Amino acid sequence: MIPTLGHFALALALAIAAAQAVIGLFGPMLRDRVLLRTAPALAIGQFLMLCASFAALVWAGVVSDFTVKNVADFSSSITPLFYRVTGTWGNHDGSMLLWCLILSLCGAVVGIFGTNIPTSLRSRVLGVLGLVSGGFLLFTLTVSDPFQRIWPPPLTGAGVNPILQDPGLAVHPPILYTGYVGFSIAFAFAVAALIEGRVDAAWGRWVRPWTLVSWLFLTAGICFGSLWSYYTLGWGGFWFWDPVENVALLPWLTGTALIHSAIVVEKREALKTWSVLLAIATFSMSLCGTFLVRSGLLNSVHAFAAAPDQGLFILALLALTIGGSLLLFAFRAPNLATSGLFAPVSREGALILNNIFLCVIAAVVFTGTMYPPFVDLLFGQQISVGAPFFDQAVLPLTAPLILAMAVGPMLQWKRAAIMPALTKLWAGAVIAVIVFAFLLFRGHAIAALGLAGAAWVIIGAVVDLAERVRLFRVPLVQSFTRLFTIPRASVGAALGHLGFGVLVLGIAGMTLRVHTVTVLHPGQGVDLGGYRWVLDSIAPVQGPNYQARQATVTVTRHGKLVMTLKPERRVFTAQKVDTMAAAIRTNGVRNLFATFAGEDNSGGGEFQFNVHPFAPEIWLGGLIMALGGAISLSDRRFRIGAPVKKRLRKPAGSATV
Amino acid sequence: MAAPSVSRRLMLGLPLAVVATGGIGFYALLERMRSGSYNPQDFNNPLVGHPAPEFTLPGADGHQGFDRAALAVQKRPVLVNFFASWCVPCAGEAPFLDKLAQSGLDLWGIAYQDKPEALALYLAKYGNPYRRVASDRSGRVAINWGVYGVPESFLIAPGGMVRWHVAGPLVPEVIQRQLMPALRRLA
Repeated sequence: MIPTLGHFALALALAIAAAQAVIGLFGPMLRDRVLLRTAPALAIGQFLMLCASFAALVWAGVVSDFTVKNVADFSSSITPLFYRVTGTWGNHDGSMLLWCLILSLCGAVVGIFGTNIPTSLRSRVLGVLGLVSGGFLLFTLTVSDPFQRIWPPPLTGAGVNPILQDPGLAVHPPILYTGYVGFSIAFAFAVAALIEGRVDAAWGRWVRPWTLVSWLFLTAGICFGSLWSYYTLGWGGFWFWDPVENVALLPWLTGTALIHSAIVVEKREALKTWSVLLAIATFSMSLCGTFLVRSGLLNSVHAFAAAPDQGLFILALLALTIGGSLLLFAFRAPNLATSGLFAPVSREGALILNNIFLCVIAAVVFTGTMYPPFVDLLFGQQISVGAPFFDQAVLPLTAPLILAMAVGPMLQWKRAAIMPALTKLWAGAVIAVIVFAFLLFRGHAIAALGLAGAAWVIIGAVVDLAERVRLFRVPLVQSFTRLFTIPRASVGAALGHLGFGVLVLGIAGMTLRVHTVTVLHPGQGVDLGGYRWVLDSIAPVQGPNYQARQATVTVTRHGKLVMTLKPERRVFTAQKVDTMAAAIRTNGVRNLFATFAGEDNSGGGEFQFNVHPFAPEIWLGGLIMALGGAISLSDRRFRIGAPVKKRLRKPAGSATV
Repeated sequence: MAAPSVSRRLMLGLPLAVVATGGIGFYALLERMRSGSYNPQDFNNPLVGHPAPEFTLPGADGHQGFDRAALAVQKRPVLVNFFASWCVPCAGEAPFLDKLAQSGLDLWGIAYQDKPEALALYLAKYGNPYRRVASDRSGRVAINWGVYGVPESFLIAPGGMVRWHVAGPLVPEVIQRQLMPALRRLA
């Protein structure tokens, strides 16, 4: 009963989305006040319907209703409640419903909070969102139905894939999807602006907070995904340049470019055409990622089962959304007025440099990811593009980005001089050179470059903030209060840059990691990275739905106990799958990482021990970046609106209706 | 406002052109996936499009063994199926192999690292769809063929060329989507 209602709610959501698309797009043309106010209501209605639909699916999972194929295939009655809920989106069809739910949430949010946007623009934005949403709802309803029923129902379900039974997975897809799908708002704004044929500073101000929200979710989502693979897959790596990781990185790169270029639109009314294109490109990348993952076109550990028929459907949707928007762009963009001149050395210049490098990196990653299938298509050869290519191609492109990152925020708008900015950064330069020389002397060239870059960016961000609060030039208390009175956007920007520096620190630190693979009998030990690792015992442990062999490893340094690690080898009884549960202990600046691969007949266990310097900083950096985005989002001009003279405000609100 | 220049129009139409080209490429890839000539998850065997490697294997379970030359002189396509009695998916594909054999396709089996007794039991239990069964006790021939794991099947055209390959069981979907089109291409 409940799943049927959920299915019905899904169909209703599709109908509402269609209405939202038509009324949203054509309402402004008819200049009908009622129609203009209808679009937000429809967006909210669509969201409520999808909430009901999604709740029905979760309910079916919670009560283990095995007449629903989705539940029977990916859940079971012995699965813990938490994973019965999260299992809802751990599979193809369920995650598609989550995707649609978040897309409709975007529309609802614009409908509820977009009161400062002119009604005609808001209506068009919602119309575009309704169109995209309608397409994907049609897909969900017809070829990827999460409410598909089976009869007779099986007695027990197949259960959740043990690898996916992890709290990390519970938060990863919803956050990542919010990031992915959130860019639909920027996309809708771009398309709506093209329809209206007008992009101005106000457009930049409306589009930026929405982009920032999705950017911070995408940042956090990628971060969680990377953390999850770090501790669950037991390989001790945090980024594998796997195709599916790459397609998540692509919208992040162009989205990062967009949040920077939108500043230029907002402040200087320059880069308008470019920003519109970036907004379209970013959401296109998100859609493209969805398409590549769903169709099974990419060979990846994350891939859902290959489904070329579903792929064709999504490709048609892509052709409509991306092709349609770019067609509109090709016709309308040439008529957008260009304005806002500036010198090459200026804040705008620095932001353009940022955009160029981010987009070049995105292009390189995209090429590397799509090269194997296309080479197969064109030349019939099978090749694979792996981490060495990406490392070698992306690292040199990141270097100028890192160099410019510290200087950029200190340049003035329109025309700036580079020397005053550089003199402020002398401390960063000195420390970066010291770090570089020290590590180069010890023979770690790549780590030396990376850590020096990290030091440069971190100190650049700190100096930037210190300059803004006039640290040491006014009394300390005054500096502290300034921290709360200066625009939060600048605090957020400095934090974002700081976070990136910390992230670079983590990645560079990981190049210094050491590991060993060894067979130990209880009582035996091994030395690695200045620590002594001794196996005490191996004992059986009973988990909620698995049985495990747990090893106890004592780690000492200079004879003093550092910690005890308990890596496990788990056998999930329902699926007969065994997994490794790595033991990871951190002290904030380095991780000790142990995995237990199995036992031999003589009672010895095979272990992999790792020392990962600065590993925690990778995720800490990502979270600081996301936090920077959140603080920037709370800026006064997004909360209340930019200070506008009263005389100007009045016509802005009513003239466009 | 002056009309935008032609070059600006062309430049701003460029993204559409790029995306359209990419879209056509994606479409071609998907079509090839549907027809079975492209599988991104597959480890394509380098033998496909090349002659089968040189080998000679003794018969098993009372069957005649075979070698490369015997494959090459056949007038009709032969499906060479690497299997083993200890392999669970092989038992899974057994009913579908039977159907294939009934439909008139020549199936030649190569038992991979198998003991004669176990093999005899297996063929008695799951049926014997094979015209010939050879035994690859050491697994050396499988290595030369680049076998990834059992079951694995190779379609050999008259003349001894490998024309199609699948790593994994021959389930109906693979048969319909891949093997049948490959056979039609040979006919």
